This record gives sequence, C-alpha cells and structure tokens, in this order.
Amino acid sequence: MYPSRFRYEAPRSIDEAITLLQQGAGEAKVLAGGQSLVPLLKLRFASPELLIDINGLPGLDYHKVEPDGTIRIGALCRHADLERSTILAARQPTMAAAAPLVADPIVRNRGTLVGSLCHADPQGDWASVVTALGGHVVAQGANGRRNIPVSQFVTGPFQNALAYDEIAVEAVIPAPKGTVAGGYLKLERRVGDFATAGVAVAIERSGAVVTRAGIALTGVGGATIDATEAAQVLVGSPLSAESIAQAAELAASAAQPRTDHRGSAAYKRQIVRIFVERILTRVDQSPERAA
Amino acid sequence: MSGLFEEIHEQPNGDVPTRRVTITVNGDQRVAQIEPRLLLAHLLRQGFRLNGTHTGCDTSNCGACTVLFDGKPIKSCTMLAVQADGHEVTTVEGLAGASELHPIQEGFKDEHGLQCGFCTPGMMLAAKALLDENPDPTEDEVRWALSGNLCRCTGYQNIVKSVLWAAKKMQAQ
Repeated sequence: MYPSRFRYEAPRSIDEAITLLQQGAGEAKVLAGGQSLVPLLKLRFASPELLIDINGLPGLDYHKVEPDGTIRIGALCRHADLERSTILAARQPTMAAAAPLVADPIVRNRGTLVGSLCHADPQGDWASVVTALGGHVVAQGANGRRNIPVSQFVTGPFQNALAYDEIAVEAVIPAPKGTVAGGYLKLERRVGDFATAGVAVAIERSGAVVTRAGIALTGVGGATIDATEAAQVLVGSPLSAESIAQAAELAASAAQPRTDHRGSAAYKRQIVRIFVERILTRVDQSPERAA
Repeated sequence: MSGLFEEIHEQPNGDVPTRRVTITVNGDQRVAQIEPRLLLAHLLRQGFRLNGTHTGCDTSNCGACTVLFDGKPIKSCTMLAVQADGHEVTTVEGLAGASELHPIQEGFKDEHGLQCGFCTPGMMLAAKALLDENPDPTEDEVRWALSGNLCRCTGYQNIVKSVLWAAKKMQAQ
C-alpha cells in the first residue's frame, strides 16, 4: 500500500513548522511517530497535500518533572521512553501502568504520547490516562501558546481541538496536591490489538481521604469517556468496598460499548466494572507513591 | 509491486518532486532519489535489493518488516524512507558477514526457531535489540521483547529458546 502523493517538509524549528502549517491552509498534517498517521496514509483515509515531519525539531523528546510535581511530556517523547521512565515509576502509577500496554514494543519505539492524543482514537490509551489525570495539551501557533484541557482537546473520534496552524508541543499532567495512586488496565486479544476495553484510574489522597479522582474509559464509546460521576463518588471519604463498588457501577453505566468481534456490549461493560474495582482495590496493596 | 516502485523510485512523471536521501544501511552509505511517499521497507527491498526485510501484513501488526533504526527496532512498513535520511538502518543482511552466522542466527538454526522463515528476519532484529540492551534476559523478557512480532508456524516456543541460546553464546564470547 502506498500513500497518495504529498509534499514533504522537515522543518528545523517550531516556528518554521507553524509557517508551513499556515501555507498548508488546512491540507497539512504533522508527522511525529507516525504509528497511526502512516497507516492512515497508506489506507488513504488521510491524503494531506503537505506532510510536516517534526522528528528533526530539537528539544521535544523530553519528559520531566517540575519541582512542584508537574509532569511535562514533549511532542517527540516516545512511548518506549515512558515505559522505561524512572520518573513515572516513582511518581505516576497510572502513566507507568499504561506505558507498557500501548501497542507493541516495536511500535512503542516510534509512537508518541502527544501524537496519540492528537490522533484522538477512541481506542487510544493515553487519552484516557491524561483525561483521568486532568491533564492538558499545550498548543503552539503563530500567536503563541495556549493550554487545552484534554477533555476539550479530544472533540470526537479522530478529531481534536487544534487550529489548522497549531502544533501540540507538550502534554502536561498537573502537580498533585495529595498522595497519588491509581492504575491502568486494558483487555486486548493479543499484544498490539486495539483494546476490547481499557480503564484509567487516578486518585489523590490526603491521609486516607480521597481529595481528587479521575476515571476514564478506552474503547467503549465513540470517543474517550470521562466517567466524572463515577470518579466523584470517591471524593471526600476514604476508599471503601462500598464506594469502590459504586464507582465501578457508575463507570460501567457511563460506558457506551458496542457489540463487535471483540465482545458483546454487556461483556465490555462488565470489564469496565471489574477493572475499576481491581485498580481501586489494589492501590492499597502496593506501595504508595508520594506526590 | 516492482512496477509501482519503479514509478515512485525512478520515473516520477512530470513535476513530481523527489528528494535525495543518504542512509547508512548495514554500515554502507547508500544514496537514493525518492518520492517522499516511498516506504522504508520498499526502498530497502526494491531500491537496495535487500529483500531479507519482509513485508507481511503491511499494516504494522506483524513485525516481519522490523529493522533497526539507529539501533532500535522499528517497523519499516510504517516509516517513510525519507525519514531515514541521515540515519542508520540495520537489516537482517547486516547481522553477520556473508560467510558466517551471527549468534542469533546460529541460535535459530540450532533450536529450530523457524519453520517457513517469513517472520524470522524481524524476530532476529527484535532479538538483537533486546540482547544489546539486556544481554541476559529471562524467558519472560524475551517473550515481552518479541511480542510485536507475529509467527504463524512455530508457536513461539523455539523462537524464545533460540534467543536464550544466543544470549548464552554471546555472553560466553
């Protein structure tokens, strides 16, 4: 399979890339890891006139933690970097759990977290993780930068909130105010398959009391599902068997799965319920990570 | 396939823009004038005649087209050849010289790590990247590292044994 013809540019600065996007006038695509875009080009689901390869842009391959605990992931940070990250292993259990479950080990060497958010596939793992963590995307355009909460960034299946001349340069996970806990679980038929269902849970606690909670669902709707009601029942009290069961039930009802070759809608809903329970039950069985 | 490649690689009609790329393939600098939409797998196979790199699924599922890109395994059907400009690519032909076998190749031979052989080049390069990073992997770590490469013959048992065999051999050397 061959992509249709396009003009290819490999800019050396973000400004140059933005100028190219403006020239492209909506018919340009940004190429980062390419692990979703190149297949789309080959299938000709996407046929941009201009392809802007940002892999040569310096200084975007980082992920780092600020002194206050804010985590920043640059547009060229690969899944494999996050999988091997000591920062995430020490500080961010939801991200640390998700990184090794994205696609397969070879795809993880190329694919990027920010690119995954931009691609906005309802089956994308990172959109759920970043949603559960209340993160945002930093978009850079000709007039500077703006922050877009990920819940508003993903506007639908394969659609994001970027203007045609903006580049997503960074994803940001806000500094936690309490002790963080959480996880990510995904059911897949084999490594690299799309998720039958996936669940991201992220909580913060002060002492035993949950002060913030986020639950988001992968692959059980037309877009990433932010299960806010489910998360909200956890806030204000310590985790208990009752609150966990209630959150799991609400998350299952927030799911909008469809029956397909990966399973029936009822089965997928049940997976969501079990995964929420499993993650929340386990947070006190493994060592907690201080914020 | 070769017709399509000729069209893209050598006879772009009219004003179709091409780019000159220089890629270090198995240690040798190779130059090609290509259309940017050409995939790396196709440049390797048809342009450079290195057809040890196999295209299996062509949808980045199977990993038969795995090559090392600056030392890391990637799926060459899911990268544009133009992106390799200025980079290093290792294909299965680059594992060892013409008259010898790399310990990984020996391992696949000794432990019967292949049947039809179609997935083997990708398996061996994924294994090479693993052993470069982790010379003494556990069976689990081998399975994890190869989980992006599909084999429809072996059931994977002997592939895993082959890689463990190679790890031992390379450590003894």
